Amino acid sequence: MMHHNREVARGDNFQKNGRIFLIVLFGVTIYASFCNLLVPDDSIFHVSTYTITLLGKYLCFALLALSVDVVWGYCGILSLGHGAFFALGGYTMGMYLMRQIGERGVYGHPILPDFMVFLNWKELPWFWYGFDSFGFAMLMTLVVPSVLAFAFGWLAFRSRVTGVYLSIITQAMTYALMLAFFRNEMGFGGNNGLTDFKDILGFDLQSDKTRVALFCLSAVMLAMAYLLSQLIMQSRYGRVVLAIRDAESRTRSIGFKTENYKVSLFVYSAALAAIAGALYVPQVGIINPGEFSPLNSIEIVVWVSVGGRATLYGAVAGAVLVNYAKTKFTAEFPDEWLFALGALFVGTTILLPKGLIGFFDGKKWRSVRRG
Amino acid sequence: MNHPWRNSSRLITFLVIYVFASLCLADEEFNVNVKQLAGAKLRALPVIVAKLESSGERALPLLRAMLDGALYYRKSDKRIVAAYRTGTGDFRLDDLLQGLDLKVASKREIKKIVVNNRLRGQIRKIIARITLTSKERVVRELAVDNMLNDLNKANIALLRAVRQSEKDGDILSKLDMAIALDDLKHNDSRQIRLAAIDIIDGRLQPVVLNTLNSLLDMDAEGTPVENDEEVRKRALAAREFIELKISFYEVLQRIFYGLSLGSILLLIATGLAITFGVMGVINMAHGELIMLGAYTAYVVQLLLPGSIEYSILVAIPLAFTVSGLCGILIERYVIRYLRGRPLETLLATFGISLILQQTVRSVFSPLNRQVISPSWLSGSLEINPVFSLTYNRLYILAFAIIVLLCLQLVLKKTKLGLQVRAVSQNRAMARSMGVRTERVDALTFGLGAGVAGVAGVALSQLTNVGPNLGQAYIVDSFMVVVFGGVGNLWGTMVGGFTLGIANKFLEPMTGPVLANIFVLIFIILFIQKRPSGLFPQRGRATE
Repeated sequence: MMHHNREVARGDNFQKNGRIFLIVLFGVTIYASFCNLLVPDDSIFHVSTYTITLLGKYLCFALLALSVDVVWGYCGILSLGHGAFFALGGYTMGMYLMRQIGERGVYGHPILPDFMVFLNWKELPWFWYGFDSFGFAMLMTLVVPSVLAFAFGWLAFRSRVTGVYLSIITQAMTYALMLAFFRNEMGFGGNNGLTDFKDILGFDLQSDKTRVALFCLSAVMLAMAYLLSQLIMQSRYGRVVLAIRDAESRTRSIGFKTENYKVSLFVYSAALAAIAGALYVPQVGIINPGEFSPLNSIEIVVWVSVGGRATLYGAVAGAVLVNYAKTKFTAEFPDEWLFALGALFVGTTILLPKGLIGFFDGKKWRSVRRG
Repeated sequence: MNHPWRNSSRLITFLVIYVFASLCLADEEFNVNVKQLAGAKLRALPVIVAKLESSGERALPLLRAMLDGALYYRKSDKRIVAAYRTGTGDFRLDDLLQGLDLKVASKREIKKIVVNNRLRGQIRKIIARITLTSKERVVRELAVDNMLNDLNKANIALLRAVRQSEKDGDILSKLDMAIALDDLKHNDSRQIRLAAIDIIDGRLQPVVLNTLNSLLDMDAEGTPVENDEEVRKRALAAREFIELKISFYEVLQRIFYGLSLGSILLLIATGLAITFGVMGVINMAHGELIMLGAYTAYVVQLLLPGSIEYSILVAIPLAFTVSGLCGILIERYVIRYLRGRPLETLLATFGISLILQQTVRSVFSPLNRQVISPSWLSGSLEINPVFSLTYNRLYILAFAIIVLLCLQLVLKKTKLGLQVRAVSQNRAMARSMGVRTERVDALTFGLGAGVAGVAGVALSQLTNVGPNLGQAYIVDSFMVVVFGGVGNLWGTMVGGFTLGIANKFLEPMTGPVLANIFVLIFIILFIQKRPSGLFPQRGRATE
């Protein structure tokens, strides 16, 4: 009985904390944009463009963490390859931005990006066609990672690869992609990746206004993804997903086709990660195969586990907090960052199994129960 | 009365004195000849050089230095030296006669003994004659091998002359081959050319194939170089046979490379097969335990600078201990608290791997370090000109199998092994039978970690040692374990070798990176088909 009450209360909590999160996100976005564009440079309230870009980056990471939380927190699928979907989304955006450079490249070739001229290529590879159109590129941002996630998920979940095995093969997937993208022959800029972008949809990428616009867009996408995910998780579909996480074989026995639920959720999550990647690239100005490295994917999982799983806002909070710590740490003690990150991994898994959110919620619960 | 003994002893004394004296005289003669080199005119040099031939192998270093244009004499005492320019612009002097340490000299203190092309030709001939008639079999064989790459008229004449006195079978067969190659090119007699083809048939030296190729080529007018139909037919057959043989040995060579890669995969995956396969713990720090082992080898080498030859033998047990203890600590303070939560274990051990990496980076610097291989590990076993096995890979192959056998022995024949298997099959039951499961867990993990350390020592012989050493192998080693089947050391072995060989056979078609990618994709697909690997564990324990 009490258990039941807790679940209901938790649902309310979920809604309430979500509302707080959205209000904070909205407030910060408006405040930062306003202080960057309208407050003069010398005022102490001025927010520098550097900060805006940094915040925009955090928001992209938050969206990425959200996508991992959707599959890991709610469905128990620990993907160690979500960085791959993020990077693929980034590459599709990068390809569009590359085509936008046009004749302004170092070699001044009207069609071929610099690195292709450098490699002595004579014409554009077929998979680069169409990326001069923004619409097509954005479509590809969703389609390419989704197709990969579908193929991978369909193969894996249908043959009931679960748990640790699944984690290992997702890691192998991103590792294989990393090796592939490092090759010059792949046609994605090899080691150096895609960079030197000039503008997006005709707006200069270096200007403050474009930066603020990208930052606001990231915030809007994060909010939308958050609301959509919340909706999904509270629907009947979401209930089944939770059931799969807690007792897959029972759910299957009742008659649910669990693999269909898992595949569709995996594809949805991959699409979210890809959107995060596509928003990330114009803000940081580069995408390279390093984004596919297994370490990156595991870091995402740590953000989620620091924040707390299966709450959505926990993942967002974790991503922002860890990345803020990373920015601070790498600036002041570059060598110690890996120590800190490592300690974070060990510490959260042992001491905070439910993350920071779980830690604070737990405190509140204890006091409520006592009262 | 003359005692026969006294007579013979006199004879012996006489002989000893004679031999000694003649040696001294020869020595004296050599030294005199060498002294003449200092300051000699270019015109006078051929005569002096010709005299040096009688001194045999003793003159070789000097002649070789002269050929390289590195022969100088010191102005102060007219001592003949070989001088090599150092990085600073000075010259490092090498005493060719007594092996004294002469240190370095500036350019002004020494003067070069200049040689011209004619003299070089003469020197080459003398070197060839000396080495071809050397008492050492190895020297003679090397000399013949060198000459095979340069079969000009003069060399052939020399080889023909040597052919008369040579007794060693292997060298004789090489000499015959060289002569046959010359016959094939220059002899007009059809009979001799046909016989020559018989002699070179099936030889794998590159020069043989080249000669046959040029024989079968067309010349500028489009007519065949070889005008005799019969000879051409035989040459064609011989070439086909040689090419077949070469491709056969290439396959063998590739299998060897595959086995070698497989043995490395096996070594790094064996420890994982214990921690992951037997205990069910995903240890992402496994690669870093390997790295610790490799650094142990490096540190042992620093501590025992005088005995490079044996430091690796010290390093193996030490690396086992270091990585094993580290593993026990990890088990004791982290993994124990995460039992039954494999995904969390994965994350925590990954954190440990980051900490270990950064620790090593802070202690040893992020630069790669080199562990020097002992001489018995370098070099290669040459079976024929296209197929050779390098000793380090050969030893590592053997070592990997030994490690695997030892582990199998520990798991099957010792009390610890029995307990380990019991705990992995049914923890609660094992505990109720009095097995101290926590202790067994720690020891099992330590065992797996120790094997990782040993693998690190082996790796240190193949690549440079750096903080990222372990990361490079972690994905591959998981693939091996998963492919082979969890909880089965034989599966790990088959998995390792299969993946190694598959990789090496794909490589010539696709290049190394794509081969790696294809293997990964293959395994991803394979796991879908057989989620528990090649050799799944059967029975109730496997849920």
